Amino acid sequence: MSSAGTLARLMRVGLVLAATMAVPFVAALPASAQTVKIGMILTYSGRDAALGEQIDRAVNLFVKMHEKELPPGVKVELIKRDDTGVNPDLAKRLAQELILRDGVQILTGGQWTPNAMAIAGLTKEAKVPFITMTAGGSAVTLQSPYVVRTGWTLWQTSYPLGQWAAKQGWKNAYTVVSDFGPGHDGEAAFTKGFTEGGGAITGAVRIPLKTTDYLPYFQKIKDVNPDVVYVFNPGGPQATAFMKAFDDVGITKSKIKLIGPGDITSDDELPNMGKSALGVVTMLQYSPAGVRPANAEFVAAWKKEYGADQVPTYFAVAGWDGMRAIFDTIKAQKGKIDPEATMAFLRSWSNPVSPRGPVRIDQAGDIVQHLYLRRVEEKDGRLANIEFATIEQTGDPWKIFNKK
Amino acid sequence: MTTIITILFFAVAYGMILYLISVGLSVTMGLMGFVNLAHGVFAMLGGYVTVMMMNRLGVPFLPALAIGCVLVAMLGFVLERTLYRHLYGRSELDQVLFSIGLVLVSVAIVRIVWGPLAQPMQLPEYLKGQVSIAGITLPAYRLALVGFGTAVIAGLWFMFDRTLFGARIRAAVDNRAMAQSIGINTSRLFSLAFGLGTGLAALGGGLGADVLAIAPAYPLQYIVYFLIVVAVGGLGDIKGPFVAALVIGLADTLCRYFLPEAGSIFIFAFVFLVLLWRPNGIIERR
Amino acid sequence: MTTIPAPPVAVIAAPSGLARLLQLVPWFVVAGLPLVLPGYEPLAMQVFVMILFALSLDLLVGYAGIVTLGHAGLFGMGAYTAGILSVHGVTDPIVTALAAMVVAALTGLVFGAAMLRTKGLTLLMLTMAAAFLLYEIANKATGLTGGEDGLQGVSFTPVLGLFAFDFRGKTAFFYSLVALFLVFTFVRILINSPFGWSLRGIRENDARMVAIGCPILQRRVVAYVISAALAGLAGALQAQTTQFVALHSLSFELSGNILIMLILGGSGRLYGAFVGVPAFMFAQDLLAKQDPANWFLGQGIILIAMVMLAPGGMLGIAERAMAAIKRRLS
Repeated sequence: MSSAGTLARLMRVGLVLAATMAVPFVAALPASAQTVKIGMILTYSGRDAALGEQIDRAVNLFVKMHEKELPPGVKVELIKRDDTGVNPDLAKRLAQELILRDGVQILTGGQWTPNAMAIAGLTKEAKVPFITMTAGGSAVTLQSPYVVRTGWTLWQTSYPLGQWAAKQGWKNAYTVVSDFGPGHDGEAAFTKGFTEGGGAITGAVRIPLKTTDYLPYFQKIKDVNPDVVYVFNPGGPQATAFMKAFDDVGITKSKIKLIGPGDITSDDELPNMGKSALGVVTMLQYSPAGVRPANAEFVAAWKKEYGADQVPTYFAVAGWDGMRAIFDTIKAQKGKIDPEATMAFLRSWSNPVSPRGPVRIDQAGDIVQHLYLRRVEEKDGRLANIEFATIEQTGDPWKIFNKK
Repeated sequence: MTTIITILFFAVAYGMILYLISVGLSVTMGLMGFVNLAHGVFAMLGGYVTVMMMNRLGVPFLPALAIGCVLVAMLGFVLERTLYRHLYGRSELDQVLFSIGLVLVSVAIVRIVWGPLAQPMQLPEYLKGQVSIAGITLPAYRLALVGFGTAVIAGLWFMFDRTLFGARIRAAVDNRAMAQSIGINTSRLFSLAFGLGTGLAALGGGLGADVLAIAPAYPLQYIVYFLIVVAVGGLGDIKGPFVAALVIGLADTLCRYFLPEAGSIFIFAFVFLVLLWRPNGIIERR
Repeated sequence: MTTIPAPPVAVIAAPSGLARLLQLVPWFVVAGLPLVLPGYEPLAMQVFVMILFALSLDLLVGYAGIVTLGHAGLFGMGAYTAGILSVHGVTDPIVTALAAMVVAALTGLVFGAAMLRTKGLTLLMLTMAAAFLLYEIANKATGLTGGEDGLQGVSFTPVLGLFAFDFRGKTAFFYSLVALFLVFTFVRILINSPFGWSLRGIRENDARMVAIGCPILQRRVVAYVISAALAGLAGALQAQTTQFVALHSLSFELSGNILIMLILGGSGRLYGAFVGVPAFMFAQDLLAKQDPANWFLGQGIILIAMVMLAPGGMLGIAERAMAAIKRRLS
């Protein structure tokens, strides 16, 4: 363990002590052996269940490996619920039931932006801390003082990507995004970054989430013939479908560059995409191919648990760090969860040794992290997202642009 | 010009899948007067068998398709004998509920057996990438879809128009009692027609697995498309649905290319108006 | 033709005197539920809203003999009307609920007048296409509806300026219970009116109704519009009690589920909705928490078994059992 890590941990404990002292009624809770109930709402069924599975596996693995670090007598109980996909009203009802009936003290999961938005609105009144793991819409953390994010925002990945694309000398861009909150964010962020750098947007299309036949949309791109196409989809099977459509209409990637946030070359889908993904440049906070000791450990633990051909994706890491933040706050409060103290702790939480590099949560509840430019290359006979440039410690640009 | 041909081609490929899956539904609904919302189940099962054969057992694409088609046709035949036939002549509501029940059971079983995730189809190498014809490059997979679809449809139409089996089906659609009275064994005919229809659906499901992704929610997700092909095309016919499938494939594809902002609004408005204008389908049978 | 067997008249005849008072008892029992089962208010209010919705469907399926696979379209119109009004500053629950009823009724009038000329499969497909059309419009009109993200920022002022909606669902529980009681009373009066009997007549034999001079298209459209208004009210209640509107409220899944709930209880029986909806929703609540496979399997098997063996739903079974007992005793 590095001395920097120990120092950070000491600082964390100090902060929490300060926070807990400010809140006297913590003492009202029973002091004996206790169970911290954590409600986790993820997608366990439907087309995008693969994404939920990544988070679920990460959370289970984390609990298994780190359970013994909890203070003596303190246990965590995960209560899992299935939101079946983008389904905000169901997510909201599940969260409400978890709070009222199951008495959960912490909510997490929050896989989709629409669902996380709906849950976040509820936490404002219920005063239950909500750690959204993989919702990428910037607005989620604005919904309630009880929300923090351990994943990423689309603005984080796509605004710098737009700037980078403009620097490559590309003049015309076309944007293709899934038609929901994060897609709209990604479109706006990339457009801002790219046009500020002198580029022009020659076309934009929003594809409904439930679409199955993507060819006509991509044929249009081929005909417009821009220098670069910015693509966003929520990863998983849809990422492969997009990539295939790109290939099927016969867009030559040497002529029309394909870029986007890392969702579009999600590591678990790379084998399904095959060669068509080669050379695609994306921006993201995590790649399992990243060269960092903490990442090597994480990937090794993952493969040991789930099989040698399995890779953790950025969804898994967001879940992993989310669970770390939850564990840290439980440890800091010795198992007695007070909403205000939890939020104070989480808003200054940091982890210098996350598999994705150093991360912390800022006062707005958003994640601050390194972002990496990556290119899909073949490594040891497998496709991987190889990092080739780093943008250090980026917060959510949207919050900066829209500061009141 | 090239663009227009390409787009038309995509539309035909899409329509072809819709047609292959839906034509069986048209025949059985026309023949037996049965509102079968569970038709998508057979397409899904065809897709699962095909994809599983290829991905897990390494069976080549075409044999896998054939196996899926035969297995599902057999299942359809059995289900017709054991369940469906008890509900001929019952109210539409009963038939709707029964078939929804069948959909739910199949969704659950598929989920338990193959898990909740979508099953990606690993296309054989010869179906990947591009093929160039007369200066126009087309995706190989869609080209194969159109070619294969055309062959199946030609065979089907020949059977329907020129063979005794086809004549019997046509006779039974037109007047079941009369067909029975001239010695056609309509009970057996129904089972065979049902098996054939489900087999075709399985074929369509397997062929189209790369377009309509194979996942447990399949029969719920796409049933509306199969139903509108049949409703717009007309019941008990095999040519009406072909026109309907092409028109719907065309409308949907053109809309995505030229007017993506409208989503599927256009297609449902179109179906609604066509059904009001021609309640029995765009091609009225004599 | 085996339509739903007509229920015995006694079930639906207007009660009198003491019986009428006694009928209020279950309502008070239900109103006391929060004392016994705290934390279940959100589920209970969902159940009330769905019973109301199922009642509106029963008017069509059970009484007018109109089978629809798109009833959620009208529910969703009501939900979005209430939700969109609230986002734009009209936040009184009762005003928005009435507005939702009007919008849903107008939608019902436009679609109903066009569709109800047709019958059978065509009508079924038209109802389905109409609902899908509304769904797609809501999906693409993101500026107005929020599209896939759902409508954000829905909130309503306290009911009558007194009772604020809280996240525990206490106000919502009583608010939706009262609405359900009012609608139930209205529907009971309606089905026992000459209009209600003419609907049954059309369901059983429309040719004969034409022969005795009943304007059947007009009657069917009126029934459709009334049902639409009630479905819109259910939608508005859903928007108000959950403070949220999403595309799900217009979905085929909801159209299908509400039909299943109604049939499960027994259609054309007024009380079918009160039996089928709670049975369905409590079972779903128990079985479908993390993995819905078993829930789907059970639901599917019950549906198939019910259609094949026990038409008339749970109330149908109860009626037959009662009849059998009576025969045995007499």
